[in-house]
Amino acid sequence: MNRRKKEDKPLNLQVEVAGITFKNPIMPASGTFGYGEEYAPYLDLNALGAIVTKGLSLRPRAGNDTPRVCETIGGMLNAIGLQNVGIEQFIYQKLPFLEQFDTPVIVNFFGNTQDEYGEVAARLDELPGVAGLEMNISCPNVKHGGIVFGTDPGAAFAAVEAVRKNTTKPLIVKLTPNVTDIQVTARAVAEAGADAISLINTLTGMAVDVKTRRPRLANTIGGLSGPAVRPIAVRLVHQVVQAVNIPVIGIGGISRAMDALEFLIVGATAVQVGTANFVDPNAMATIIDELETFCRDEGIEDINDVIGTLSV
Amino acid sequence: MKNHKTIVLSNQEISPGYFRMRILAPDYSRLAKPGQFVMFRVQRSLLPLLRRPFGIFRAGFMPADCDTMPPKEFIEIIYKVVGSGTDIMQGLHQGDPVELLGPLGTGFDLNLTTGDSILVGGGIGLVPLYMLAESIPDPSMAEVLIGGRSRDDIITVTEFERLGVKTFVSTEDGSLGDAGLVTRVLESRLEQKPAARVFACGPMPMIKAVEKICRSRQVQLQVSLEELMACGVGACLGCVVKGKGHSTEKPSYLCTCTVGPVFHADDLDWEDTVSADDCECGVKK
Repeated sequence: MNRRKKEDKPLNLQVEVAGITFKNPIMPASGTFGYGEEYAPYLDLNALGAIVTKGLSLRPRAGNDTPRVCETIGGMLNAIGLQNVGIEQFIYQKLPFLEQFDTPVIVNFFGNTQDEYGEVAARLDELPGVAGLEMNISCPNVKHGGIVFGTDPGAAFAAVEAVRKNTTKPLIVKLTPNVTDIQVTARAVAEAGADAISLINTLTGMAVDVKTRRPRLANTIGGLSGPAVRPIAVRLVHQVVQAVNIPVIGIGGISRAMDALEFLIVGATAVQVGTANFVDPNAMATIIDELETFCRDEGIEDINDVIGTLSV
Repeated sequence: MKNHKTIVLSNQEISPGYFRMRILAPDYSRLAKPGQFVMFRVQRSLLPLLRRPFGIFRAGFMPADCDTMPPKEFIEIIYKVVGSGTDIMQGLHQGDPVELLGPLGTGFDLNLTTGDSILVGGGIGLVPLYMLAESIPDPSMAEVLIGGRSRDDIITVTEFERLGVKTFVSTEDGSLGDAGLVTRVLESRLEQKPAARVFACGPMPMIKAVEKICRSRQVQLQVSLEELMACGVGACLGCVVKGKGHSTEKPSYLCTCTVGPVFHADDLDWEDTVSADDCECGVKK
């Protein structure tokens, strides 16, 4: 088959996750794309599969002291502390901007308690401009000694159940990789009613300034992201795909189409791009272009034909 | 604001450890405002991963390679080699590919540059003050106080002198100009010009000392701050500083990359200012 013939065939990049149709499998990872408006000067938001907002909570949240970020080999540590404008301010000040685009808006959210999770979900459920919810369970449960919801399958189950009761919108649960057996957590949230799973959130890490002997982050511990984490993320996505029957969105160190394809091949239906947005504000548009080129070069007519095709 | 895939035009060591890089930068002479910065990337490299913020030293035109072409627009940044990113940068040559995101941030409030102005630059913090000095309507009413640890840390004095502004050099070790801190010089200059507006950029201890001096004399002050940042466009929230009236109950965090890097001193919380002091990026310091 010659190259020209291949180009004449229509190429489908459209995928579906939890009942939401994405025009392609590329979307930002929460926290790396602000509320969308920050990147609008650099990137056509209509080109994306979806827009995923910064994590929102019931009330505005201040976040941590600085320094909040530092670079490590092939990655970065952050401890922003979930600073956000709060759900109400988001609805009135940020959401109207996002509604002008022909791109589904997925709102990432979190709570300090199980009840708070439920309350935010109920509020988001009322909004026609929100296509789906992404629930961050990588934060501490203040009512239970600060143990991270996502590291305790029981707490994760209960929180997801509380959210599920309050929304009929597609619910994606974002998992923390900082657990012993990711399959246990994945099964728990699927049983509690999650429509899809996204992973990985950042890996906890730490860096030290050897001259001052102080941690490089004010919060001492932060979350590691960037190309350095990708092999770990691919492994975890692979394991979760084996464990559950709901769609999975892969996240972790994606900066090129080749990286995204690794996740699709192990079975992710879509992917999120995070740290790469900081490196190149146009990164997602480039990845979508590269993905098209890859498919045409390989004679792939539908990106769905790539998903879950790992041969072992 | 745009991301330019562009090239290095020149990259020269101007003082031991300090480099001045000229980069092809379309539109910058029109768009760049004094005090703004760029996010710089060694193109295609994932090491270093993140871009580095650098204050724009100046923007200008240079002749094209042949007469039929329009003049080339460029910017200059000045950096000190202190880490892995700047170490790679010092090895760049003419024609090497780089990326510039910018011009970014809120620069100096130029409504306040009439009357007497005193510009205070500590080390590499002098960089963003050059475009400010250029835009002062009457250069004879401006003074630039240039401080550093040692003579090697005193850069671009001649460039400022050419603008017609008066320069005062001081070094902590006395190896060039007056011996002592630049803040001492500021105190004595304010005795002469008590109504001056002050503009400062430099290491955090210097900025804090300048703020104290200006507050006690009720002198208007603008500061250009440096924070570690990942995105430069207000998305990551990595580079925040505390705004006036900040408290745990009513937090006020301002992004250095969008609300700053230049702030009116009155808009910041000076009780509890924390900052990364050993930063390699030249937005300040």
